[in-house]
Amino acid sequence: MKTLLDEIISKPHIGSIVYEPKDFKPDVDVRWCAGCGGYSILSPVQRIMPELGIPKEKIAFISGIGCSGRFPYYMDVYGFHGIHGRAIAIASGLKIGRPDLSVWVATGDGDNMSIGGNHFIHGCRRNTNINVIMFNNEVYSLTKGQYSPTSHKGQITKSSPLGALDEPFNPAALALGAGATFVARGIDKDRNHLQSLFERAAAHNGFSFIEVYTNCNIFNDGAFDSFTKKDVREDQTVMLEHGKPLVFGKERDKGIIIDGLNPRWYRWWTVNTPWTTCWCMMKKTARSHSYWAI
Amino acid sequence: MEKEIIYLDEITVRFAGDSGDGMQLAGKQFSDASASSGVDVNTFPDFPSEIRAPEGTLYGVSAFQIKLGSTAVNTHGDEIDLLVAMNASSLKVNLGNLKVGGIIIANLEGFDSRNLKLAKYSSNPLEDGSLKKYQVIALDMEAIIKEELKTSGISPKIVKKTKNFFALGLTYWLFNRPMEATVKWLNAKFKNDADMLEANIRVLNAGWNYALKNEDFKRQYNLQPAKFEKGNYRNISGNHAVALGLVVASKKANIPLFLGTYPITPATDILQYISGYKKYGIRHLQAEDEIAGIASAIGASYGGNLAATTTSGPGLSLKIEAIGLAVMTELPLVIVDVMRAGPSTGLPTKPEQSDLYQAMYGRHGEAPLPVLAAASAADCFNMTVEAARLALKYMTPVILLTDGYIAQGTEPWRIPELNELPDLTPNFATDPDRFAPYVRDPQTLARMWAVPGMQGMEHRIGGLEKQNITGAVSHDPENHQKMVEIRQEKINRIAQDIPNLEIMGSPEANLLIIGWGSTYGAIKSAVDAISREGKKVAYVHLRHINPLPTNLATIVGRYKEILVPEMNLGQLKNILQARYLIPMIGMNKVQGIPFKTSEIKAKIEELLSKEEAQL
Repeated sequence: MKTLLDEIISKPHIGSIVYEPKDFKPDVDVRWCAGCGGYSILSPVQRIMPELGIPKEKIAFISGIGCSGRFPYYMDVYGFHGIHGRAIAIASGLKIGRPDLSVWVATGDGDNMSIGGNHFIHGCRRNTNINVIMFNNEVYSLTKGQYSPTSHKGQITKSSPLGALDEPFNPAALALGAGATFVARGIDKDRNHLQSLFERAAAHNGFSFIEVYTNCNIFNDGAFDSFTKKDVREDQTVMLEHGKPLVFGKERDKGIIIDGLNPRWYRWWTVNTPWTTCWCMMKKTARSHSYWAI
Repeated sequence: MEKEIIYLDEITVRFAGDSGDGMQLAGKQFSDASASSGVDVNTFPDFPSEIRAPEGTLYGVSAFQIKLGSTAVNTHGDEIDLLVAMNASSLKVNLGNLKVGGIIIANLEGFDSRNLKLAKYSSNPLEDGSLKKYQVIALDMEAIIKEELKTSGISPKIVKKTKNFFALGLTYWLFNRPMEATVKWLNAKFKNDADMLEANIRVLNAGWNYALKNEDFKRQYNLQPAKFEKGNYRNISGNHAVALGLVVASKKANIPLFLGTYPITPATDILQYISGYKKYGIRHLQAEDEIAGIASAIGASYGGNLAATTTSGPGLSLKIEAIGLAVMTELPLVIVDVMRAGPSTGLPTKPEQSDLYQAMYGRHGEAPLPVLAAASAADCFNMTVEAARLALKYMTPVILLTDGYIAQGTEPWRIPELNELPDLTPNFATDPDRFAPYVRDPQTLARMWAVPGMQGMEHRIGGLEKQNITGAVSHDPENHQKMVEIRQEKINRIAQDIPNLEIMGSPEANLLIIGWGSTYGAIKSAVDAISREGKKVAYVHLRHINPLPTNLATIVGRYKEILVPEMNLGQLKNILQARYLIPMIGMNKVQGIPFKTSEIKAKIEELLSKEEAQL
């Protein structure tokens, strides 16, 4: 039997659904700090919206609390700014109640890894078709600079003047462990890559998790510089792509292999001896901040 | 052998045994069979919070009480007329409530030395003369069952599991109840277990035949059918009635139902019933926790569903922050709190009315919302539909309070016709040109409901304070004051949209009783009894607690004394005193068991005699 809601859902869209990214920019000022990594997430999200090929009114952005929580206000679609940690739970209810919608979540490392950690792992295993973008700046920004569940051990913050005591979560590993079917990680400095991740997430029929290393230039500036700065990026990051070898470096001379149960990184050297040319590998432990995508 | 038939107006039966003895099942079958034969029934399942407590212990006793009547039955009965005691512990725990002269049907096997020791009896009460005041029928159920099934080749293990059906067969004979429905139920339940099916049916019949032939069973009891308003009836528990209320409300609103919830005693049944109603287009999510239960419901409500979440006190505490979000975003949401004795884990299987403050005030910020309370198991249906009506019409979360007593107890419920129920069609926004998120209906102050999928009405809402009308985030001081006052005024106006209170008993009395929630049955019975004795007491029962019915202000001003019985330490009393500035007398029971009619009656008599003395 058709309900009143079915009638609303099945009402045809009037006019074109060929959009420009600007069609998704509402008439409000974005109030993130100048230089915030959030802008680098907002812009590729607005860029891929026209590519979804669905009417604007069928898209909803849900958020929790934190700097990421303001995201829905900056998208001219349906938006719901929820309470701390509950964005995935709210979005799950919306998607289950309204399977016709494209549902997106904007969250942060405090919102999603700490207060909302339970909803996150259950969201992963439940595999509801929603897309979760997590701004990971490894600090609580909206409360002005306390350590978060992704802050590294020893990180000096306002609430850890002697250094954070706890081991951080690796959000992507947590997602994989909880059974997520789409896990990706990108950096704010690489908008084109982020755009491709968001496109792939939107196309994935299931729970998609995109972690974005997002620089907070006020409370944790430069947290990711060691592998995101232009001069070091290529030598310090691996583009992990499905089915491709883990080779990286400016000269494409470095790689990661699994040594027993440990990933280790190797560098290829060409050694010329009188009798032959052989390849040697230099062994080093892989950095924890590998940069990867599935 | 000639058997005597005794004609009665009412009788209370209690099945008691070990947690694993199947007493709940026997009780439910007996009450359903009684209800279908037309008498009024009211039941009270009373069980421990352990699933299978150690056998034979006092704390492991599980009981099911049923009151049957030819006239209206409002409670499960103060005192027991007939006690089925499957072991010594179940006798000991329940003997205090057995009427002098009442009948005990005792299962001898449960009175062996081990069971007597576990029940802390130094001598066997069946033999030491301590039960002289009662009529005792002792029989060895297990031996009789073994004899009955001797030739069947059925495993002796099964024999042990059928005792409850033997006791049920005996009881069916005592009340001359038809057994077809129970046989039908057994056929469905054990359709894949031929041995259990055969054993239970044979044992059920054996119980009947034993009573028929045995000389200890001298009397049968006959109750005339009660006079009910014409219609189709079914025996229903409060939890089942809430589930049906939600389903029917979604039909009347013509939008799908979404239930986001988490299992918690004693509310879990609602989730289970709803999960069986998928065919009505219902979606439900058994969420990872209480918070996700309500958060998912808020998401579904934002999407245009009739959303609900169900819980008990500890769960409501966890949901409170999200309720504030629903208040702020002005989204319809039905929250059902099946109250249990607290605080903390408290007595999870026992009823109490101690969440009223939590429902009324348990939120940060100024966050008013309607609070309703169901008066009986069947009333849970009406009040669920009412909760949905207010939620959709006023765009607000609504808390409906029931409790473990009426949630698990049953009574006959007249199945209403759909056209008797109010139209719940929501006020969806239609015109994008006139839409803004906080444009309000001038009458109800409800905001317009635009949901994703509506073209041209894309908007953002959330927990931050919003500019009136436009819904833009606003930190303006004047605007905040205005919005806080509008949200309050919206709830206040609901008072104009709910029925006035009717005064029961004698309106011209000097003493007024104000009740709410599940105490209705006990208070009503006490007031009826007092009135029959020619004494005067007036009674109003609140089903809307926030806002209060408008005529309550004049009613409370008319009486010299006001008594407020409730299963807490005076929460409603304090709310009413603060509201009307009139002192009231509290009557407070927090034992995890409902009021007895006799307790309320005694209190009324005490107050009336003081009144007389003053004259």
